[in-house]
Amino acid sequence: MSIDSPIFKTATELSQNLQTGTVSSVEITQAMIDRVDAVDGQVHAFLHIDKEDALAQAKASDERRLKGQSLSPLDGVPVGMKDVIAVKDQPLTAASKILENYQSPYDASVVRKLKEAGAVVAGRLNLDEFAMGSSTENSAYGPTRNPWNLDCVPGGSSGGSSAAVAAREVPLTLGSDTGGSIRQPASLCGVVGMKPTYGMVSRYGLAAFASSLDQIGPFSTTVEDAALLLETISGHDSLDSTSYPTEVPSYSAELKNSAEPRVLGLPKEFFGPGMDKEVRASIEQVIEYYHSIGYQTKEVSLPTTDLSIPVYYVIATAEASSNLARYDGIRYTSRSERAENAVDVYAKSRGEGFGAEVKRRCILGAYALSSGYYDAYYLRAQKARTLIRQDFEKAFKEVDAILTPTSPTPAFKFGEKSGDPISMYLSDIYTISTNLAGLPGISVPCGFSNSGLPIGVQLIGKAFDESNLLQIAHAYDREHLYGRQAPNL
Amino acid sequence: MSEETPMDINYVANLARIELSDEEKSTYQKQLGDVLKYFDKLQELDVENVEPTAHAFPRHNVWDKDEPRAGLPVNEALKNAPQSRQDQVVVPKVIEE
Repeated sequence: MSIDSPIFKTATELSQNLQTGTVSSVEITQAMIDRVDAVDGQVHAFLHIDKEDALAQAKASDERRLKGQSLSPLDGVPVGMKDVIAVKDQPLTAASKILENYQSPYDASVVRKLKEAGAVVAGRLNLDEFAMGSSTENSAYGPTRNPWNLDCVPGGSSGGSSAAVAAREVPLTLGSDTGGSIRQPASLCGVVGMKPTYGMVSRYGLAAFASSLDQIGPFSTTVEDAALLLETISGHDSLDSTSYPTEVPSYSAELKNSAEPRVLGLPKEFFGPGMDKEVRASIEQVIEYYHSIGYQTKEVSLPTTDLSIPVYYVIATAEASSNLARYDGIRYTSRSERAENAVDVYAKSRGEGFGAEVKRRCILGAYALSSGYYDAYYLRAQKARTLIRQDFEKAFKEVDAILTPTSPTPAFKFGEKSGDPISMYLSDIYTISTNLAGLPGISVPCGFSNSGLPIGVQLIGKAFDESNLLQIAHAYDREHLYGRQAPNL
Repeated sequence: MSEETPMDINYVANLARIELSDEEKSTYQKQLGDVLKYFDKLQELDVENVEPTAHAFPRHNVWDKDEPRAGLPVNEALKNAPQSRQDQVVVPKVIEE
């Protein structure tokens, strides 16, 4: 594959090349399809791709451009979707057998916005079933492999979205993040992944997992590209009542303010034992770099850190057990052939259609909400959530952003954690509290382990302060660009 | 709490409306028992006088403009139904004779 191929370019470069006429959207989209054909047999990031539809969108984009009617900088640039984000007349399986034959009857709001911007919306990307997992091993359609080492997991739950960008199959993708499901796989695959503030991006058309935590966000090879994609999908939407009415600045234009030095907080609870040595060394180099460009760092304390995993798993499973009640074998899922009466339809269809982790979490959530246990688990977890939020509020009085590793270790091997739910849950230890507090977080690639596996640094920002967060991330990324290194496939 | 009252997997699986095989029951009973033990950290926490957080940035009384707009056409809404007839979803008989 030639280094000049569109697949090795960033979305920002492709956008410029499209505008100057050195490449067409059909050429970009065809290169993407050829790349998927060449490498996805190994990586398995895609569950489905409608090539004809992608090329038709690309052709329409080229025709607009010839008439001088391009819709936005993303007009003609392909964007892949995690298979929980609805695209009209395309499948949406959520990597579950229960939605094997489902076709979305409408577009998610983020998809509508991307189509209005002229982007080529193409490809359904693999995930842990219903976004429950940290390795993409919970997909009913087989795992995605890490493009940097095919024996390792890509992280999860948005493992298809991160691996597709890392493998250069598509320059941009969207994922969803409930407890780290964008940032952790971005870190493990060596790409940029961002979870916006809760309420910044509409959840309309996202298959719900835990509604008070879920956010859609971008994957890309650079922070600059993430800014471009995020400004396209953000903004208030009356179809999502938790969508927040706030202005969306031009994040990409404001990246020019990156040079201004800030204060970064280092939470002492995150830098304790449990962090891999190579991850620690890599993060220390990032801190050193920030010092060298005039940033200050300051120790901060988030004393509730060790509560975040139990709080998260109570709240997320309770909300999931309620949200997933809709997959009942009645209206739009597969129905068990063994069902003889109405209640049977529910229990048998769900017993046959759901995988192990989804069953475990729905049962745990039903238990946490059940009579006699509600106060001890769900209500108590919501109160602890308040304490977690207050910890961050206090820390943010002193700092502009918080810097941590994204994941305690680089990518792990298949099967290493899949038999032990708690060990898997702990791989989200650094990302989970951000969701509970509703804050924006971004993972930026910051180097490789000795065995060649990517490492990521996480930056957590103030609520609705995406612009500053992106500027801080860009200040590092533009000088390092680890995300632009491509694996050998 | 979890040590005194281990989860009754049959009862909770029924609440969740999920049919489990005997093998699944014994695996999940053990795994979820471990998870609940891990959750015991929560019981040690002092949450006296702490207000619960349901949403990080709660919004109240969210209204949409009272303007009619097209909904999903019936054939679109039904296209994913496992069984349908005469513009309706077909289900097993609910009322007993």
